[in-house]
Amino acid sequence: MASQRNSLAAWGFVAPALVLIALFFALPVFAGLVLSLTDFDIYALADLKNLRFVGLDNYLHVLQLPLFWTALGNTAYFVVLGVPLSIAVSLACAVLLQSKLARFKPLFRTALFAPVVTTLVAVAVIWRYLFHVKYGLVNHALLGLGLNPIDWLGDPHWAMPTIILFAVWKNFGGNMIIFIAALQAIPEDLYEAGRLDSAGPWALFRHITLPALAPTLLMVSILTMAGYFQLFAEPYVMTQGGPLQSTVSVLYLMYDEGFKWWNLGSASAVAFVLFLIIVSLTRGLMWLAARASRDQA
Amino acid sequence: MADSTAWTRRTWLGAAAALGTAGCSTSDDRTIRFWAMGREGEVALELLAGFERENPGLRVRIEQLPWTAAHEKLLTAFAGDATPDVAQMGNTWLPEMAALGAIEPLQAWIDATPSIQPQDHYTGIWQTNRVDAVQVGVPWYVDTRLIFYRRDLLQQVGFAEPPTDWAQWQRSMAALKAGPVATPILLPTNEFEPLLALALQQDGDLLREGGRRGNFSGTGFRRALQFYLELFQRGYAPGINNNQVANLWQEFGRGSFAFYISGPWNIGEFKRRLPPPLQDAWATAPLPGPRPGQGPGASVAGGASLVLFKRSRVKAQAWKLVEYLTRPAVQLEFYRLTGNLPPRRSTWALPLAGGTTLAEDRHARAFARQLEFVRPAPAVPEWERIAQEMQLFAARAAHEQGSIETTVRALDARVDTILEKRRWMLDRAAG
Repeated sequence: MASQRNSLAAWGFVAPALVLIALFFALPVFAGLVLSLTDFDIYALADLKNLRFVGLDNYLHVLQLPLFWTALGNTAYFVVLGVPLSIAVSLACAVLLQSKLARFKPLFRTALFAPVVTTLVAVAVIWRYLFHVKYGLVNHALLGLGLNPIDWLGDPHWAMPTIILFAVWKNFGGNMIIFIAALQAIPEDLYEAGRLDSAGPWALFRHITLPALAPTLLMVSILTMAGYFQLFAEPYVMTQGGPLQSTVSVLYLMYDEGFKWWNLGSASAVAFVLFLIIVSLTRGLMWLAARASRDQA
Repeated sequence: MADSTAWTRRTWLGAAAALGTAGCSTSDDRTIRFWAMGREGEVALELLAGFERENPGLRVRIEQLPWTAAHEKLLTAFAGDATPDVAQMGNTWLPEMAALGAIEPLQAWIDATPSIQPQDHYTGIWQTNRVDAVQVGVPWYVDTRLIFYRRDLLQQVGFAEPPTDWAQWQRSMAALKAGPVATPILLPTNEFEPLLALALQQDGDLLREGGRRGNFSGTGFRRALQFYLELFQRGYAPGINNNQVANLWQEFGRGSFAFYISGPWNIGEFKRRLPPPLQDAWATAPLPGPRPGQGPGASVAGGASLVLFKRSRVKAQAWKLVEYLTRPAVQLEFYRLTGNLPPRRSTWALPLAGGTTLAEDRHARAFARQLEFVRPAPAVPEWERIAQEMQLFAARAAHEQGSIETTVRALDARVDTILEKRRWMLDRAAG
């Protein structure tokens, strides 16, 4: 009796959150799935009688679209380069900020975290100035060093690296804070024991810090990867997908399909394909982590 | 990145805000909501002072849209029931808006307004405002493509006059290439307008069966594509896109190329950006035509129109605004403010500040000639996408030296899939 009342109370407490999730997450996702099986377009927008159920045609169409594979390649490039770089920078900054030698810690912590809380569009505009081929500060510095200026955002080979730099700078602060918290949880006596065994700083990092951070690293990798796969705002503001479609990401393609050409059916299909990719990669990452910890045990 | 959720949230907030303001403005019939894009949106304020003086009590609220987002905004506004009363609209978007049923048929309004005078407008431009024989827009300004060329370089290789047909054009390019200019013509591979203009010069249409299927494997487009690709094969045009041209005007001034197919906005740019000694060295001319000895050919009928929205509750007032903006005197002022060319012949005959008319202007007069023979692109909602595919296929063929036969076949197949929905709808409507 008592346990029944308890569980009723528990349901009562979680109900508001569940309702919100159902209404604003589950329902739209389901609607998106249904949409991806139809050919919803401007004709259907004008009159619902023009809507057809097309089964998996949208998915087949998307998978046959050369631009989809280009976009997937660009996104993979962004993820493969951007995620490790972002994690390395956050980890390095976190370790530096935790070091006993560091001064003015709160100041640096705030300064390094600042990009995360700034508006993406505003800073993207500033970066566009910084990386401008003629008036940009970056090329000015290159010229000062006697190097040739680079058309950062106009050259198909350089546009994506520039966007990666921007994204890493914009995002590393968040992970840095998570790493700092995890570093603070590592008992100091482990390091003392290590030092007694005359371990150098690198050995301490390699054999104490990294293993202790493993669960955090896994979580940060998963979150960062899932986030980076959803690359959109940076190319939208900085390059509009160009030059030569070199910065069209999967989400950018979805946006174009959906809101430029108003093919909401195939746009939803793109979104679900991206969802499946992210889910399977996350599962893969977790499987790797599980195997690694099993090997260690 | 992880911003996609925030982004959707912003869109919804924006839509909600737009709905809110729509609710406000429809509650009184003294405010006209007018959507204008880019530079036109900026100067419209100046233009409209006269309208508000003439109509005390009426107020125009201009909302500026950036060109890059305008198309999305219009569609989202329709979906969100937040369309304005009047809007500026690129004339290739009219079929789409008409298919949505978003814009008001205007024939009755035009019939009741003698001052608009359809026959005073350039025919090809006026036609772009008709979709399935229904008038849905009134031209506001016009845009077409013709050649900007270096007179001095052409004279150097023995051409006193600009070429008027394809054969002459090719001869002049051959002479330039053998002489002072390694790549005589700039055709950015990501711009579809030059190829479209060449294709519109041909007999026959780009779509067949009433816009049900692509007609790119027809003889007309083949000829245009062949001419276009030869320019690359013979090395007359470098295979680059406009992002790879660091500074177009500087390169033109330097003589890196002698021909460039472009539109009216570049008159102002060339005047502003080329150094004074070169100001006499460049000129404009109508696009050379395909038939030997028969002079210049057709070009693209582009530009922007003014439309009324069906959901507007102040149509009569909004129509007054359209009528005001299409008056020749106001159009001339609009030209003075933006450099946008007027769609009415009578505006071209009005005196400018210096006493000459626009039709006599050294650089604009080639446009006046070209506008007499411009042709609209096929009026189907899918056109913009088709034009981009056309260019993508052509650029690939130029880059990979693909054959014309496979290119036009593949393009037709691609276009047919884009038009599949349209075919289904037309067939269903036919019974």
